[in-house]
Amino acid sequence: MNVVVCVKQIPDPAAPGALDPETKTLVRQGKLILDDSDAYGVEMGLQLAEQAGGGEVTLVSMAPNNETSGLRTALAMGAAKAILVSDDALRGSDALATAKVLAKAIERAAPDLVIAATESTDGYTGTTPVQVAELLGMPSVTFAKKVSLSDGTVHVERQTEAGYDEVVCPLPAVVTVTAGVVEPRYPSFKGIMAAKSKPVDQLTVSDLGIDAALVGQAGARQEVTEVADAEARSAGEVVVDEGDAHQNIIRFLEQLKLI
Amino acid sequence: MSIDKVWVLAEISGGNPVSTSLELLTKAREMGSVVEAVSWGPDVAKTVGQLGNFGVTTVYDIGDTGDALPGAPVAAAIAGLVKSGNRPDVMLIPTTYDGRDVAGRLSAMLDLPVITNVVGLEVEGDEVRSEHGLFGGAKVARARLSGERPWIFVVRAKSFAAEPSPGAAPQVTSVEVPDIGARNTAKVLARHVEEQSGPKLDEADVVVSGGRGLGGAEHYAMIEELAKLLKGAAGASRAIVDAGWVPYSHQVGQTGKTVKPTLYIACGISGATQHLVGMKGSKNIVAINKDKDAPIFSVADLGVVGDVNKVVPKLIEALKARG
Repeated sequence: MNVVVCVKQIPDPAAPGALDPETKTLVRQGKLILDDSDAYGVEMGLQLAEQAGGGEVTLVSMAPNNETSGLRTALAMGAAKAILVSDDALRGSDALATAKVLAKAIERAAPDLVIAATESTDGYTGTTPVQVAELLGMPSVTFAKKVSLSDGTVHVERQTEAGYDEVVCPLPAVVTVTAGVVEPRYPSFKGIMAAKSKPVDQLTVSDLGIDAALVGQAGARQEVTEVADAEARSAGEVVVDEGDAHQNIIRFLEQLKLI
Repeated sequence: MSIDKVWVLAEISGGNPVSTSLELLTKAREMGSVVEAVSWGPDVAKTVGQLGNFGVTTVYDIGDTGDALPGAPVAAAIAGLVKSGNRPDVMLIPTTYDGRDVAGRLSAMLDLPVITNVVGLEVEGDEVRSEHGLFGGAKVARARLSGERPWIFVVRAKSFAAEPSPGAAPQVTSVEVPDIGARNTAKVLARHVEEQSGPKLDEADVVVSGGRGLGGAEHYAMIEELAKLLKGAAGASRAIVDAGWVPYSHQVGQTGKTVKPTLYIACGISGATQHLVGMKGSKNIVAINKDKDAPIFSVADLGVVGDVNKVVPKLIEALKARG
């Protein structure tokens, strides 16, 4: 049972984000961390590989400057190895170009199952996993809130507007998981130590046989023309509750003619 | 080359087009001279009249996809149409579970980019400018696509108003789903509808949401009670959805739903940017939070610094007393 988990290493979301004024792409400087959304996918992958009675989890990631700090976190959780695609040519890649790179890297691990988060916390385009599935010729089940495996089939409870659907799909397949699908484990001290020596296969665009002109800024067909501050809302009245602040809310509801 | 033909993915739920699709049809009429809809499922015939009322001249009916998960077959049918030479300038897709699946597949099938999280669209000459929130909505980026069309946009709910424009009954054209092999092997075995009373979260006039400040899953019941008293819907922050207190379908924010009600009441929600992006378009905002420095107060028209578990029960009691 080979499971690939796509993980993204992102700037700490607690720190304010920034854009490069020249290229208007996200600035990814300093230490990157494992996207919180991906911890659920890593945990899901580990549990499914364990339940299948063997096999391993391979991480696949694309990041600038051979960044591995986020990958080490996922390796410390228990993933066996990682494939990292890092190349200056990838700077400014759009979602489809990213999917092309990830798909080529994923193929190397010959997975039975590919897991990703429904979307990343920083870019949140939310289309990359499905694009990857299409490029790999695989079926995909998105928005999984529960995942199990039996007899070469993946069973998913897929979130819907009204509740959830029970979906089955033959392997190999791509599954995207929502936060809360499983409770991610904390890396143990032993895990953290072991992660330092786990293999990270570092690849470039040409290693993957991808034309550099089709990815990154060169291949992007989308141009960000302007970035402005969003219209700010101003703060209104603030009252401190002394036991009767609910009356202020009642008066506000009356003003709005909601009651 | 001007913008002539605009296609809208008309997703059907409960026998009607979803509200975001109607919003997109309204916008499509402004953007192009010809508006056409692409739809699927057993109920397309029933919705043709409604689509005509929103200016649609042709409905491409992919038909009933049966138990197949729709993303791949619907995208394959659309890609088939485009490859046969029926090429719109713009394709608008609602940000829904299935809409996002269709968009991702279609983008890869046509080898064309897709722009997601769109909240604004304007035609400028031969170009389309799209607007998106960044960093949880703190900034707005404007982007343009160039090159081969269709330009595919996935648009968030409530970005545009839905206004009908009665017209003649649309022509209905059947579209085949090509054989795409393994890609189309995800099957829906059963659908589970979780009990839902009152208005839908993204359509409600009042939304009452709960967050970590509630202290425990058991206190969410009072959020539901308050929502019900105000004929509204109950929402939630990502934190309590991740913690398993309430299902994901209640989540308001970047990774959840966008709501723009007349009144939004945030109870025990600190106001992380990921939450703000989903609700700061509300006409009026009331926030209740213990921490006077919580970012939610910076967007609230009325802020109450206090314990939700004290303020909300009193509010419920006062509302009940009014009958």
